[in-house]
Amino acid sequence: MSTTWETVIGLEIHTQLSTQSKIFSGASTAYGAEPNTQACAVDLGLPGVLPVLNEAAVEKAVMFGLAIDAHIAPRSVFARKNYFYPDLPKGYQISQMDLPIVGNGHMDIEVDGETKRIGITRAHLEEDAGKSLHESFHGMSGIDLNRAGTPLLEIVSEPDMRSAKEAVAYMRKLHELVRYLGICDGNMQEGSFRCDANVSVRPVGQKEFGTRVEIKNINSFKFVEKAINHEVERHIELIENGGKIVQETRLYDANKDETRSMRSKEEANDYRYFPDPDLLPVVITEDFKAQVKTTLPELPEAKKQRFKDQYQLDNESATILTSSRPLADYFESVVVESKCEAKLCANWVTGELSAALNKADLEITDSPVTASQLAGLLARISDDTISGKIAKQVFEELWQTPDSTADSIIEAKGLKQITDTGAIEAVIDQIIAANGKQVEQYRGGNDKVFGFFVGQVMKAMQGKANPAEVNKMLMAKLKA
Amino acid sequence: MHTKTINQLAQGLRSGEFSSVELTQHFLQRIRQHESLNAFITVTEGLALQAAQAADQRIASGDASLLAGIPIAQKDIFCTLGVKTSCGSKMLDNFIAPYNATVVEKFNHAGAVMLGKLNMDEFAMGSSNETSFYGPARNPWDTQTVPGGSSGGSAAAVAAGLAVAATGTDTGGSIRQPAAFCGITGLKPTYGRVSRYGMIAYASSLDQGGPMTRTAEDAAILLQTMAGFDAKDSTSADLPVPDYPAALNQPLAGLKIGLPKEFFGEGLDSGVAAVLETAISEYRKLGAEVADISMPNLNMAIPAYYVIACAESSANLSRYDGVRFGYRCESPVDLTDLYTRSRGEGFGKEVKRRILMGTYALSAGYYDAYYLKAQKVRRLISQDFQQALAQVDVIMSPVTPTTAFGIGAKMDDPIAMYLADIYTIAINLAGVPAMSVPAGFSGGMPVGLQIIGNHFTEDRLLNIAHQYQQVTDWHQQTPTL
Repeated sequence: MSTTWETVIGLEIHTQLSTQSKIFSGASTAYGAEPNTQACAVDLGLPGVLPVLNEAAVEKAVMFGLAIDAHIAPRSVFARKNYFYPDLPKGYQISQMDLPIVGNGHMDIEVDGETKRIGITRAHLEEDAGKSLHESFHGMSGIDLNRAGTPLLEIVSEPDMRSAKEAVAYMRKLHELVRYLGICDGNMQEGSFRCDANVSVRPVGQKEFGTRVEIKNINSFKFVEKAINHEVERHIELIENGGKIVQETRLYDANKDETRSMRSKEEANDYRYFPDPDLLPVVITEDFKAQVKTTLPELPEAKKQRFKDQYQLDNESATILTSSRPLADYFESVVVESKCEAKLCANWVTGELSAALNKADLEITDSPVTASQLAGLLARISDDTISGKIAKQVFEELWQTPDSTADSIIEAKGLKQITDTGAIEAVIDQIIAANGKQVEQYRGGNDKVFGFFVGQVMKAMQGKANPAEVNKMLMAKLKA
Repeated sequence: MHTKTINQLAQGLRSGEFSSVELTQHFLQRIRQHESLNAFITVTEGLALQAAQAADQRIASGDASLLAGIPIAQKDIFCTLGVKTSCGSKMLDNFIAPYNATVVEKFNHAGAVMLGKLNMDEFAMGSSNETSFYGPARNPWDTQTVPGGSSGGSAAAVAAGLAVAATGTDTGGSIRQPAAFCGITGLKPTYGRVSRYGMIAYASSLDQGGPMTRTAEDAAILLQTMAGFDAKDSTSADLPVPDYPAALNQPLAGLKIGLPKEFFGEGLDSGVAAVLETAISEYRKLGAEVADISMPNLNMAIPAYYVIACAESSANLSRYDGVRFGYRCESPVDLTDLYTRSRGEGFGKEVKRRILMGTYALSAGYYDAYYLKAQKVRRLISQDFQQALAQVDVIMSPVTPTTAFGIGAKMDDPIAMYLADIYTIAINLAGVPAMSVPAGFSGGMPVGLQIIGNHFTEDRLLNIAHQYQQVTDWHQQTPTL
C-alpha cells in the first residue's frame, strides 16, 4: 500500500528595496560599481559609526504592508543578528525579530483557474551583507562591501502552498506586486529578488507538518520549481525507504539539478538577537499610513477587475495586460490616444506587439514602437484607412523605423485603403468578365467560389480595397 | 598658566598676555615633563601648534569663540581624523581614524587646540585605567594609586595641569569616578545630550560623552560646545541646548536635596562619609533643604549593568575581526584562525571577560533570565529616580566608596573592581545626568561629591556645583608633582 503525500511549502523572499541610498547610511545603492567604492564609513562598520534609518525604506515597507492588507506595526524594533562572516562588517546584521514592521497579510494566487489565498506571516526590514568573492584571489577571498547596507524587505509566507506550481505562482505574484508598487526593481540576476523555500511532506490527511528543510537562494522561477520538486522527491523517497528527514539548510545546485546539505540544525548559529540600542523604535502613525496610502498605485487585482469592467476585456486579456504596470500603462495610453475600441487595442498589445517584443527579447519599456505610434496605427484601422492586414505591414515598418508614424508610412508606401466605390466597381466588373466559369459556378449555387472573387479583387487592388465594401459590391454584382 | 580657568585664559589670549602658541607650548612642555603619569597615548604636537597658530589669527581678527586657542585633550575613544585612535587597545593600536567624531568636530570648529589623545581602560572597560594596552595612567595625587577609569588619562591630565580640560566618556561612572579620584570636576550628561557619533562604542544604551575640567564653570563652557542634536546619532536628543554658563549664578535658596539612604550605608569609607557630610552642610548654608529619601532598587544596579553593558559590548566589539582594520594575527591559515587569533591576541583580559559574559547573557535559553530580567531591573531603577526626583530637585551621594586605591590592588578581583562603581552605575541605567565635584580630602586623597538631576537638567547641576565652588576651594587644590 503506498501513501499519498502532500507537499507543504512556505517561502521567504528577500526583496531589495529600490531606495537611492542605503538603509542606514547615505551611500548609493546603485548596482555594478567598482568593488568597495559605494561603502562609506558606516557600511564598513568603522569604530564609532552609527546607523541612521532611511525613511524611504520604511515608506516602501509600509506600502507593501498596505498592498497585502497586512497589520502595520505602530511600533517596530530593529534587532542585531549576531554572526561572524567577512562580508558582514559589524559582525551583526541589523534586522527585525520580535517586532517586524509588517505582520499578518495575504495574497491571492491563481493556479489552474482556481484562486487560493496565501497567508503572509510578516515582512521585516533589514540590511543586506556584502559579497565574498572566492575566485582569482590566489587562495584568499575578496570582499566587496558595495551591497552591504542595501535595504531588504524579507517577506515570509505561511506554509500555505501545496505544490511547486503554487509556490511559483505565489513568487510570480509577489514579484509582480513589488514592481507594481515600485518598491523593488525585481531584477533576479542582480539579486534584487531572492527566494528561500521551506519544504516538507506529510501523508495526506495528517495534521502535523513533516520535518522541514530550507533551500537557500533560489534565484529564478524555474529553479524554484525544480528545486522544490527535487526536494519533495528526495523526501518521499527517503521516508518510503525507512529514512528520516533531518532539519537542515540545503543549497540548490542548478547545474546538477540537486540540493545538497549546507548545515544541520545542530550546526545552526545562535544569532543572539537583541534590540539594537543604536536605533530608536520605528513609530508608524495613522497619519503616516494614510499619507503612504495616497501614494499607492492601483494594485494588480483591482486593475484587472477594472480592465474587465471598463474595457469589457475577457479574463485572459485582462490578466496579461495587468501582469506588469508598464504594460498596463502602455495599453491604456493606446486606448486613450487611439480613441479605438479597447478590444482592438488589447488584441494588438497582447498579439502583434507582445510577439515582436518576445522575439526581440525586449521589455515593454524598451519597445521600439511607442504607445503613441501604435495608437496612430490603430486609429487608421478604426477609420478604415487601412485594413488589419495592411496594418501588420505598417507595424513592421514602425518597428524598424524610429520616429516614424503610421500616417507617414501609409502615405509613403501608398497603402491607403480604397473605399472609392467607383474604383472598386471597375475592378469587380473586370474580374467578373474575366472569370465567366466561376461566375456560373457561383450562380449555380457554389457559395465557396465567393472567396475566390474576393481574393482576386484584393489581389488586383494590392490589398488596399476596403474588404467590407468589396464583399457588399461583389455580392450585389454576382447576384445580378 | 596651567591652573587658570578657560575664562581667565581666554582673557589672557585676548589681552595679548600670551598667545595660544605659547600656551600650547607650555602645556606640551608639561606633558613631556610628566610623561611618567602616562596620561597620554598620543601627543599631537604638530597638529596642536598648527591649531594654536590658526587660533591666534582668529583671536587677532576678533572672530573667535571662547574656546579658541584653549589647549584641551581628547579621550582616545573619540575618532580623530588622521590621528591614531586606539581606544586603549592593542586591537586598534594601528588604527588611524579616517574621520572626526562629532564632538571632535565641534571642538575643532570652536578653535580649541587638541594636545593629544588620552589614556583609558581598554574599550572603556575598567575602573582603574589598568586595562589599558598602554599601561595605567597614574593618579597625580599619589602615583602609586590609580587615577580611576575608564577616563583615567583625562582625569590625570586635568588634575596635573597637562591640559586645561579634557573629554571623557561615562558608561557606568567612567567620567565621575576618575574625576573624584583625581579631584577634578566631571559631568556625565543626560543620555542623548552629547552625540555618540565617532565615540567608539562600549555599551551603546549607556555611553555618554562629557567634560572633565577643573571647575564647574569650565565644564559649562565645554558642554556648551559638546551638546546638541546630531543627525548622525539617532539616539541624540533633538532638544534645544540651554545657555549653560548663563545658568551658573542662580542662587540655591530653597534647593531641595535628597540623600538616598542606600547610598550612605555599608561599604562607604568613613573618611569619605565625613567629607560628604561637610559638603552637605555647606549646601545647607547656601540655603538648601536636605531630605532623606529611599531608592529601594539600587542594590540591583551592578548585576543589571553588567548584563546589559556586556551584552551590548559583545555585539559592539564583533567588528574587530582582523578583516578590514585593526589588529590582524600573523599568517592566518583559515578564516576561523584569522578570527580567533586576531581577537584572542588583540583584546585584553577584561575585554574578553565582558564579551564572554555578554555573549552568554544573550544566548538561546539564557536571554530571558539575564538580558530581559536586567532590562526590567533597569526600568525599576529608572522609576526609583523618577520618584525620588519628583520629591527633590537633586540627589547627592558619594561618587565612590573609597578614595583612589593602589595600582594592582583590585586587578585580580573583578568583583571588587566592579563594586567600586556602586554609586555611579545606576545613574547610567536611568539615563539621568550626574556630576562629580571635588569636596575635600581623606587621607590626603581627593573625595568627590555626586550631584544627580533629572533628564536634561545639566544647567541646574552645573549651577549647583558652581555655587559650591564659589564658597569652597577644593577644586583649586593641585597635587605636588
